Amino acid sequence: MPITTILFYVLAFIIVVSAVMVVFNKNVIHSAFALFFTLFAISGIYVLLKADFIAITQIMVYVGGILILLIFGVMLTTKITNVELKTKNLNVIPSVIFSLGIVTILIFIIFSTKWNIKQAVENEETITHIGKALLSTYLLPFEIASVVLLVALIGSAMFARKIKD
Amino acid sequence: MGNILTQWLGDNLLTYILIPVPVLVWVLVFALYAVLGERKVSAWMQNRIGPNRTDKFGLLQTILDVVKLIQKELIIPNRADRLYFRIAPYIVFTATFMGYAILPFSSVYIGVDLNLGLFYFFAITSLSVIGVLMAGWASNNKYSLFGGMRTVAQIVSYEIPTALSALVVVMLAGTLSMQKFAEIQSGGILNWYIFGGPGSVIKIVLIPIMVVSAVILFISTLAETNRTPFDLTEADSELVAGVHIEYSGMMFAMFFLAEYAQMFAVSGVVTTLFLGGWQSPFGDLVPFLNTPVFQVFWFLAKSLFLVFVMMWLRWTLPRVRIDQLMTMCWKFLIPITLVNLFLVGLYIILT
Repeated sequence: MPITTILFYVLAFIIVVSAVMVVFNKNVIHSAFALFFTLFAISGIYVLLKADFIAITQIMVYVGGILILLIFGVMLTTKITNVELKTKNLNVIPSVIFSLGIVTILIFIIFSTKWNIKQAVENEETITHIGKALLSTYLLPFEIASVVLLVALIGSAMFARKIKD
Repeated sequence: MGNILTQWLGDNLLTYILIPVPVLVWVLVFALYAVLGERKVSAWMQNRIGPNRTDKFGLLQTILDVVKLIQKELIIPNRADRLYFRIAPYIVFTATFMGYAILPFSSVYIGVDLNLGLFYFFAITSLSVIGVLMAGWASNNKYSLFGGMRTVAQIVSYEIPTALSALVVVMLAGTLSMQKFAEIQSGGILNWYIFGGPGSVIKIVLIPIMVVSAVILFISTLAETNRTPFDLTEADSELVAGVHIEYSGMMFAMFFLAEYAQMFAVSGVVTTLFLGGWQSPFGDLVPFLNTPVFQVFWFLAKSLFLVFVMMWLRWTLPRVRIDQLMTMCWKFLIPITLVNLFLVGLYIILT
């Protein structure tokens, strides 16, 4: 077995196990920390697909940004050293039916899709092409996305601020 | 790969396992003697003698300290979260050490010459934040948690000026590969990016911009490594020792090792970006000084000088308050770097 195949199965194992831990952990912070391993292993999968830019962006955005915000949010919402933060299982039967339905649909889609499998291309300068595409072909979507993010930023700052009468 | 080990041993798995070994050895030796160096520097600056009982100049001091730390019992607090308490120090050190993969020690020795090297460095070193947060929370101690949260707030804010000030060099060089940054700055001290990089006489207008960018990059990396004047996270007078409080023995040593490893890593990045990396300052005047072995010497000498500046600052400046820290980042460093970026963009268009 080539080394990349072994690596793929190791990474896939980490992803699945930690994702299961994220869902089934009773402690919210444990779930958040388990999410760290999921996201990090996913960036490993990107590396195996030779998508280096996406792999690093995955670490930068999800691990370095979103996950930290998430943990921060969880820590700030309850008493700061409270370890008792727990989640409960509610509505067990409807949720089981609902998620089984989603699983069936997903499995059906996975098996009915005709996958286009290609050999990965060794791309020397990924970022050059991405940069050029972002500032020429996809300039408008790029600008719209940045405006939307700016609006969200200003909006959240306004909500967070205390209104002085 | 640009790596001499790949040429000698071939492109196989064993080589990839062996490539990081010299760097790891260097990090361990560096951390041992940087601790001693820091104590000596602080002693001289305060008109003391410093450690002098072991061996000649106290040379064995930190080695004996490590022997002591190995013997110590690992104490885990009763109500701590055992699993995350134990893995946190390793995550912090691993994240820091992963950054070393792209440090060009010489033109023939670099872990991996990624074409996204700099981006990789900023992304991977931000992983240590998770480890710090984990340690702070798992210790189940108020001071640890406050220390952890302060670290995270500080590192997340200072990532912005770090990336933006490094971007100035990226724009001029047109690459993100660390090896290419060093290669471009060939031909003597005047071609280093702190002096505007290679180019004609007109690059003189770039010098003030580049000096300011280099200083800002240095300040923000100082904040990212949590060194004084930005060591709010371990502020011994308020928080006892931040996230380190509950750690003992070798787990504490891992945090210490990570801190010193990160000091050298960020110094290496500043060196590569602004101080010519492994290039000799004499350029082609003395070709002998630009051979691979000497390149390692120049890289280490420049980086160690920056590490010395960090120690120097630590024992000179008082600690800033949290509001001063944030004011400095958001109201001074970020606007200045944005103006710098704009000016460099203008320069590139006009020339």
